[in-house]
Amino acid sequence: MSKSSKKQFWWNNAQYRSLFFQVLLVAMVAGFFWFIGSNTLHNLEKRGISTGFAFLSQKSGFGILQSLIPFTDADSFGRTFLVGLLNTLLVSALGIVFATIIGFTMGVARLSNNWLIAKIATVYVEIFRNIPLLLQIFFWYFAVLRALPSPRQSWSAGEVAFVNIRGLYLPQPLLGDGFGFVTWTFVLAIVATVVISRWAKKRQEQTGQQFKLGRTAFGLIVGLPLLVFFAVGAPLSWDIPALQGFNFRGGMTIIPELTALLIALSVYTATFIAEAVRSGILAVNSGQTEAASALGLHRTKVLKLVVIPQALRVIIPQLTSQYLNLVKNSSLATAIGYPDLVAVFAGTTLNQTGQAIEIIAMTMGVYLTISLLISGIMNWYNNKTMLVER
Amino acid sequence: MRKITWALAATAMTFAITVGSVQASTLEEVQKRGVLNCGVSTGLPGFSIADEKGVWAGIDVDGCKAVAAATLGDVKKIKYVPLNAKERFTALQSGEVDVLVRGTTWTLTRDSSLGLNFAGVNYYDGQGFLVSKKLGVKSALELGGAAVCIQGGTTSEMNLADYFKVNNMKYEAVVFDTHDATLKAFENGRCDVLTSDQSQLYGLRTHLPKPEDAFVLPEVISKEPLGPVVRQGDDAWLNIVKWTFNAMIEAEELGLTSANIDKMKADSKAPAVRRLVGLEGIAGKGLGLSNDWAYNIVKQVGNYGEVFDRNVGAGSPLNISRGLNALWSKGGIMYAPPLR
Ligand SMILES: N[C@@H](CCC(=O)N[C@@H](CS)C(=O)NCC(=O)O)C(=O)O
Repeated sequence: MSKSSKKQFWWNNAQYRSLFFQVLLVAMVAGFFWFIGSNTLHNLEKRGISTGFAFLSQKSGFGILQSLIPFTDADSFGRTFLVGLLNTLLVSALGIVFATIIGFTMGVARLSNNWLIAKIATVYVEIFRNIPLLLQIFFWYFAVLRALPSPRQSWSAGEVAFVNIRGLYLPQPLLGDGFGFVTWTFVLAIVATVVISRWAKKRQEQTGQQFKLGRTAFGLIVGLPLLVFFAVGAPLSWDIPALQGFNFRGGMTIIPELTALLIALSVYTATFIAEAVRSGILAVNSGQTEAASALGLHRTKVLKLVVIPQALRVIIPQLTSQYLNLVKNSSLATAIGYPDLVAVFAGTTLNQTGQAIEIIAMTMGVYLTISLLISGIMNWYNNKTMLVER
Repeated sequence: MRKITWALAATAMTFAITVGSVQASTLEEVQKRGVLNCGVSTGLPGFSIADEKGVWAGIDVDGCKAVAAATLGDVKKIKYVPLNAKERFTALQSGEVDVLVRGTTWTLTRDSSLGLNFAGVNYYDGQGFLVSKKLGVKSALELGGAAVCIQGGTTSEMNLADYFKVNNMKYEAVVFDTHDATLKAFENGRCDVLTSDQSQLYGLRTHLPKPEDAFVLPEVISKEPLGPVVRQGDDAWLNIVKWTFNAMIEAEELGLTSANIDKMKADSKAPAVRRLVGLEGIAGKGLGLSNDWAYNIVKQVGNYGEVFDRNVGAGSPLNISRGLNALWSKGGIMYAPPLR
């Protein structure tokens, strides 16, 4: 027997040793959370504060202004969570779309050769980036409210859509039997367009032949579903809002709180996106643009094929954090009565049940999940644009 | 939102970290600190509102003052913490305030599941509706389909749902965080109606640019006994706050006012008076206070009637009649157990 094997204790083995410390760390972290958790429960109980999640199935007993799923005061607190969550997702998703559009436009406009356009974009960015968001939200809300007429003096568009201080009232489409065919045709048309565009790209790489995708796509996505729609007998009717008592009933309503919050969030976030876009474009070496022009590429082609793909690598990480900010900032909704997750669940529900710890934990969990999802998607997209590098 | 999140985080930490330790007595803490931290509303005429110089006044503020007079002997030793409806309970639970006197309705849920205790009632209120005259409505029963502005986290939000349900009417609730935003939205015509405790409606109405354009509907749709609140688990402190408010009512019954109490202390032979000013009986011993605790309240703040008149009653712009808040012997339901 050799001496060395005798003295081979496990802690002399680097692999075991590192495993040991990792297990120890996990155990300590777990122990810490267990300690905090059990202590909290103990203390809450001692102070006579209710704990647990049973409240989620209790009857809520209050009304919510806007809800994407059916909701009445007979529904549970659990459902208020869903209603609030969906409202948060709605304003965040719309906000991200609008902020991106405005941001890209303004970012490009700041670099425009047209003095006026560039100045307007600069002034826009400097003003809206430097005023606290909460003030902007109040500004838009009360500006929107002041500008709109009372229900009895509503502005109407062709007597089917109405605007007043209580909101925008639109006819609601009522889908009849057979409308499913139209939807499916539409989905299939989109898939077909994607396939064709891939094929066209490949063909162009191999043979240099170009394909007019635009017309084909239009025909497929718009024309075909329309054809099917009439073929199955136009199964669509409209529920038109009508003045009744204090206000309009029927149709769809877009409440002014949503409009104001959406404008404020998009306009504010777009300033940061505009700056990101500008820095992204400026980061592309001017030699690249010049080389592309020298090859005889059209200005839009230069942008599309040379500048934007490279600029995106700079833009996307910043864009991600702006999206995250927008989602988190949407919780300022509670200041103007938009019923988002924080207002409905971490506000009213918390107050009616008093279960702060559970409710705040759930609310934080939601924001964390949304943020991680957005980061995940953006990272995936970022990696994709990076890989194109040759 | 930010503020509330911090307060909640603080609460969570307190709960997590106080490892079964015995809670220090609130009275000791207040006396050691030399200042009473008192939670009030952010600005309601007659109840608690600060003027341009930052001087607080109102019936709730006088409640804070009475507790400070009893425990510290000085009504100036108070830090007022303005709280909106959503922040108030967290602020009390986490110890940010020692007592909450902020138009808070005493309900079963709040008393039994928030780790709080109500120490009495300093104003019997009920929920009402403020509407604009232009609406042409005479009764709350004509409000079917109306848009209603309310402050979130209040009993008003729940009563509203109950009332419309019972009367088979629909409504649209527009819920705000602060009463400023609530009032402004109402003023701008976002809602047909603003609902809250009726007494507050009179106060809020005075804040409208044209108060005469709005009025309060006759219906009172709920019971809102508003009272001081303390943390559960410190019975001695609960007793102090409870008897502070009782002493003010008792003083009114006995005819003791801030103006005459010195003379009465010197001259009166009535045992009840002598007990209140601390010359006879148990005085401050049971509560752990000095013997002149109740004398200090009446001398520095006044009896309940004085406080009512000065802030919301005949001596104030609100001019609310005593109604339920009159003494039991005068047709109201204000009643204090005997101070003996
Ligand atoms: N009594 C109600 C309170 C109602 C309430 O808070 N009303 C609003 C009126 S709009 C208020 O007092 N706001 C004052 C503030 O937020 O400072 C309750 O206890 O829930």
